[in-house]
Amino acid sequence: MGKYFLLGILFLSIFSLKAKTLVVCSDCEFRSIKDAVSKSSKFDTVLIKKGTYKEFNILVDKPLTLKGENYPVVDGEDRGEIIRVVSDNVTIDGLYIINVGTSYTTDYAAIRVVKSENFLIQNVVLEKLFFGIYLEKSNNGKVYNNKINGDAVDEYNSGNGIQLWYCHNVQVDQNIVQGVRDGIYLEFSDNITINNNLSTNNLRYGLHFMFSNDDVYTNNTFENNGAGVAVMFSKKITMRNNTFSKNWGTASFGLLLKEINDAEITGNIFTNNTIGINVEGSNRINYYNNEFISNGWALKVKGACYANSFVNNNFLNNSFDLSYNSKINDNVFKENYWSNYAGYDLNKDGVGDVPYRPVKLFSYIVNRTPETIVLLRSLFMDIIDFSEKVSPIFTPDNLMDNSPLMKRIK
Amino acid sequence: MFKILKYSFYDLMRSRWSYVYFLFYLALGFVLLFLNNDVSKAVITLMNVIIVLVPLIGTIFGVMYFYNSKEFTELLLALPIKRSSIFTGQYLGVAGSLTLSLVMGLGIPFIAYGLFRSNAIWDFSLLLVVGAFLTLIFTALSFNIALSNENKIKGFGYAVLLWLFFAVIYDGLFLLSLIIFEDYPLDKYSLVATMLNPVDLSRTLILLKLDISALMGYTGAVFKSFFGTRSGFFISIFMLILWTLIPLYNLIRKANKKDF
Amino acid sequence: MIKIEDLHKKFGRNQVLSGTNLSIKSPGIYAVLGPNGSGKTTLIKCILGMVIPTSGEIEVEGKAVKKNWKYRQEINYLPQIANFPGNLRVFELIAMIKDLRQKPSQDDVLISSFGLAPYLNNKLASLSGGTRQKVNILLAFMFNSPLIILDEPTTGLDPAALISLKKLIQKEKQQGKTILITTHIMQFVEEMADTIIYLLEGKIYFKGTIKELKERTGENNFDHAIATIATNFENV
Repeated sequence: MGKYFLLGILFLSIFSLKAKTLVVCSDCEFRSIKDAVSKSSKFDTVLIKKGTYKEFNILVDKPLTLKGENYPVVDGEDRGEIIRVVSDNVTIDGLYIINVGTSYTTDYAAIRVVKSENFLIQNVVLEKLFFGIYLEKSNNGKVYNNKINGDAVDEYNSGNGIQLWYCHNVQVDQNIVQGVRDGIYLEFSDNITINNNLSTNNLRYGLHFMFSNDDVYTNNTFENNGAGVAVMFSKKITMRNNTFSKNWGTASFGLLLKEINDAEITGNIFTNNTIGINVEGSNRINYYNNEFISNGWALKVKGACYANSFVNNNFLNNSFDLSYNSKINDNVFKENYWSNYAGYDLNKDGVGDVPYRPVKLFSYIVNRTPETIVLLRSLFMDIIDFSEKVSPIFTPDNLMDNSPLMKRIK
Repeated sequence: MFKILKYSFYDLMRSRWSYVYFLFYLALGFVLLFLNNDVSKAVITLMNVIIVLVPLIGTIFGVMYFYNSKEFTELLLALPIKRSSIFTGQYLGVAGSLTLSLVMGLGIPFIAYGLFRSNAIWDFSLLLVVGAFLTLIFTALSFNIALSNENKIKGFGYAVLLWLFFAVIYDGLFLLSLIIFEDYPLDKYSLVATMLNPVDLSRTLILLKLDISALMGYTGAVFKSFFGTRSGFFISIFMLILWTLIPLYNLIRKANKKDF
Repeated sequence: MIKIEDLHKKFGRNQVLSGTNLSIKSPGIYAVLGPNGSGKTTLIKCILGMVIPTSGEIEVEGKAVKKNWKYRQEINYLPQIANFPGNLRVFELIAMIKDLRQKPSQDDVLISSFGLAPYLNNKLASLSGGTRQKVNILLAFMFNSPLIILDEPTTGLDPAALISLKKLIQKEKQQGKTILITTHIMQFVEEMADTIIYLLEGKIYFKGTIKELKERTGENNFDHAIATIATNFENV
């Protein structure tokens, strides 16, 4: 993918030798962006000076660079879409776009890229938006260092920060997305890399995958969203070194996995979420070296989940380590550190001598009657949990970590 | 009253039991901290110990002291001292010395470990406050029991039963009622039921600190406003104060009517 | 001094005092007598405010007893069973009572006359029954109060101590105090008491001097006179 991108830049730089720059400002030759764009030739640069430009439906239909100087304001006055890119090799840089129109029938976006290649959208600030950056059937582009600051209140009339629909080989890097419906949304988009983004305070999900395969996201932070990340009906997603925190509320989770297969979840940190990871009908997933700290439920496993393995994770001070609603267990738990483990290690090999059972009977009761949560940590519940531990009736017999570690994995 | 308090307190400070209690907490604190090396985990374990053990010790100790100091009480009754002063003084003496043992016993290891540099200090302080309240409440309840029962064996029996009821049986019945009526909206009921048991109340206060993530998973609006805002904390503290004052008031009322 | 009007006390179903009237106006030694369960201790405890009457009025030194505690400043009391907090030392107990009453006391004189000096540093639990009774007496006579109530003061005393006690009571009497005593030792009553108050089934059955009692019963022997009162009552 990088190869294409470099090629694109090379291509661009050759042509830019004879390209010209069109300046837009209140007393320049061009007073509006639209005017400058329509009068430009391929590979020109439209330089937009500081000021406010009340424009919408700007169509970029040739390879161009739209560059803002000191963040000129492009005010759509809530009248619809603001910039639409329908050509390859377009760069949009340094604009401050506000007041995108809201509609119940059309997904108006601040910047929409349609069927284009080699695009670059960077240093853009979006506020008062409906949809932010909407990529549609576009490949080999980059969305870099943008700041999307929404003020969404209800899900039904708000849009997503960055949306990818039928896209391939796109990099979404170092963006800040907050206050929209879904921070970053991917649908039918493969080979996407999402790194170093900060997605917070979004109504629904910080990051949302639907029917997207072979994607990677690393080093992102998802905080205080309706739910951190939702991965649904997707395959081969790699999730590495992300932080999921404070995703609080009913049906709130750090990470939701629904009908996904062959994923890798390593080195992530889940702290203070109502549910760390909520897994439904997902198979062959490797959970290695993650940290689950002070979550309500570190893991909630529902429905048929087969051949998953949970190895070398730290489970620290979660109200419940694992909730499990099936009587059959086909998943492997081994060599994790559980702070709730009360066993001993007589031969001093660092591995507890008695297995750890992460599922408590109480978590079953709470699933059934949620109000019973007020009895958490009550002596009565401890007694019941203990008896269940001694002779499991409700929890799968073989659901245990046979080699729990005695010390936290650093 | 303060004189009675003073003498009861001195009397207890000299008794073996205060030291046993103090040393027990001291040992517990050190063991938890220095075997675990994790303040947060130690706080959680301590919480379990506190909400179970403190009421038990408060109850047993209260009943024991009351019966043992019967002569002292009768001596005082013939002196020109107000009855309510005698009983509040003795009560505060017992509850005070127990609280002191608790706070010192746990405080010393935690300070030695470097609590002030840890961010668990608020959880820990809350734990001590809760422990102090539980001591006050259960000592008052045990005084009530001892005052109404001349028979020592009966008094001890009722006291242990009282503890067992609040620490275990109540929660069992509570759970049962929640499961039986699970088709109905239960969030208000469950909060009220929590308020009516000082042990559950204390547990809730600690849950607010330790398990807020799990508590926020529940849908009920009443729950949300209780656990999600500060009101839960203040209502709980208020109820704890009420739980302390009502048995104490009843103690004075009963003592004023009783024949010695 | 003491005025009791229509005093009733019920413990559960057990009517202990039923309409007791008593008025003690002049100083002197009053012996409260009566068979077991006649309500002597209850009457005394009512005066002390330790037992709350079911109905009736009690006044001590012109002050109503009900819901009052300050009048007890005028009373010294010696309880029947002398049990004290066991892990206190004798001197600590004395100091404590002095601290609680805040009145001038003559504890030094009493310590020497009862020979308690060697025991001052002992814990109360380690004292013998007699010594404990001496401490009990000391606490009762330590302060200067117009009314002294003694419930079985002779229990466990050796002859020497008994003599000291008698002297002490006489001395207090000479100072114009009112002394109420309950006891089963008739010899002690005959020797000390100015007035006999005989209690039976919760009522004052007889109040008067020993002489009057003997005249009324026609018995010359005091012990017999007392016994006769009881039988007479049953015949009534």
